[in-house]
Amino acid sequence: MDKSQISPPMWLLAELTYKCPLHCVFCYNPIDHHKSTTELSTRDWLRVLDEARKAGSVQVGFSGGEPLLRDDLEIIIAHAKSLGFYTNLITSGVGLNEKRIAAFKEGGLDHIQLSFQDSTKEMNDFLSHTKTFDLKKNIAALIKKYDYPMVLNCVIHKLNIDHIDRIIAMAEELGAEFLELANSQYYSWAFENRGHLLPTSQQLQKAEEITDQWREKLTDKMKIFFVVPDYHEKKPKKCMNGWGNIFLTVTPDGVALPCHTAKMLPGIEFPNVSDSSIADIWYESDAFNKYRGTGWMKELCQTCENRDIDLGGCRCQAYMLTQDATNADPVCIKSPFHHLVESAVADANNHIIPLKPLVFRK
Amino acid sequence: MSFSHPKISKKFRFQWEAAQNNYVLLYPEGMVKLNNSAGEILAQCDGLKSVPEIIHALEKKFETSGLEPQVIDFLEHATTQSWICEGGNG
Repeated sequence: MDKSQISPPMWLLAELTYKCPLHCVFCYNPIDHHKSTTELSTRDWLRVLDEARKAGSVQVGFSGGEPLLRDDLEIIIAHAKSLGFYTNLITSGVGLNEKRIAAFKEGGLDHIQLSFQDSTKEMNDFLSHTKTFDLKKNIAALIKKYDYPMVLNCVIHKLNIDHIDRIIAMAEELGAEFLELANSQYYSWAFENRGHLLPTSQQLQKAEEITDQWREKLTDKMKIFFVVPDYHEKKPKKCMNGWGNIFLTVTPDGVALPCHTAKMLPGIEFPNVSDSSIADIWYESDAFNKYRGTGWMKELCQTCENRDIDLGGCRCQAYMLTQDATNADPVCIKSPFHHLVESAVADANNHIIPLKPLVFRK
Repeated sequence: MSFSHPKISKKFRFQWEAAQNNYVLLYPEGMVKLNNSAGEILAQCDGLKSVPEIIHALEKKFETSGLEPQVIDFLEHATTQSWICEGGNG
């Protein structure tokens, strides 16, 4: 791809730590994240922000793991704001208190996305109004008090999708202005647990109906986004809006990735922010140029009329399901491997549950 | 026009992006990239100027006249998108 055609890394996702108090069965952090023991220092992150902003980044998301576990989060946020970033904190709320949120506000944090992360215990607590619900309620009150919009995110899957009515009711009770019901995507821990998590077509249809009823009732009071699991689709998603197109992730140990799961792909040496500048990484590195645009495609994608619409879907999904990242994403009905997706959905529809127990993120 | 002294709504942050050479509106996890004229009009929406004053300021800045229809059209669009709200006292 011609370098002049490359747009800047508009979205920077700063994964500040892999540490997390939760153990979500659908976590997208790498399964072997415990192998990475080093974390970038405060100074490293401030430099990454400087370089990314210079390269044209506008939105920054602070995520993890649980970003609140970094006690320098206040410094990092304030620095990002001073550079002109729009700053988003993506958190479970565990570890958030008034002192910290006041410091975030003063530092200029623009937005907090509060997630319901832990699918089983937390969801049960949540649905039964116990401990976690109280925690979320307190956090939600703090978010309101500090004049942030209430944006709730809840990952949806087979084990909680039948409670969607209750989940939406709770979100309304918490005063959410935006609710994202994001069906689990099947990477990392969620891929390990796919047989337990993929909802049936019927469950999905019912959930969408209930969501639509709520939308009608709530109109503008609370906006609900429902993200369908792509296994139930026939056209692949334009993953990350294209490889190396707008999205840049930096992992806790400084590895730069075009998406937060790309580390799983073999034969790519992803650059580290400790060795190269963000501009070099984005424009010059082999890793970020590898699947950029359409030049890398095999014939099936290359000659497809949807080539520029979906860019062949997701490289990680192609690799996970076909062991070749240059194949079309098997979600695509034209893929010779589409049956792998169909059979996973068929198993879900036939209530075939794996013998292997659900694996919790460690 | 529904607003007499329009200003940028609190839901959005309006800023110049040197790397893109245009103005943008930023909101949670998203961005609206503005074309030149949209950016210039919003840059005048400070909640102090009335709509006629905005038009006048733009015509002066770009040494032209007859911008009214274009500005009014855009402000209507900006209103439906909730980019602007009332900034004055009435």
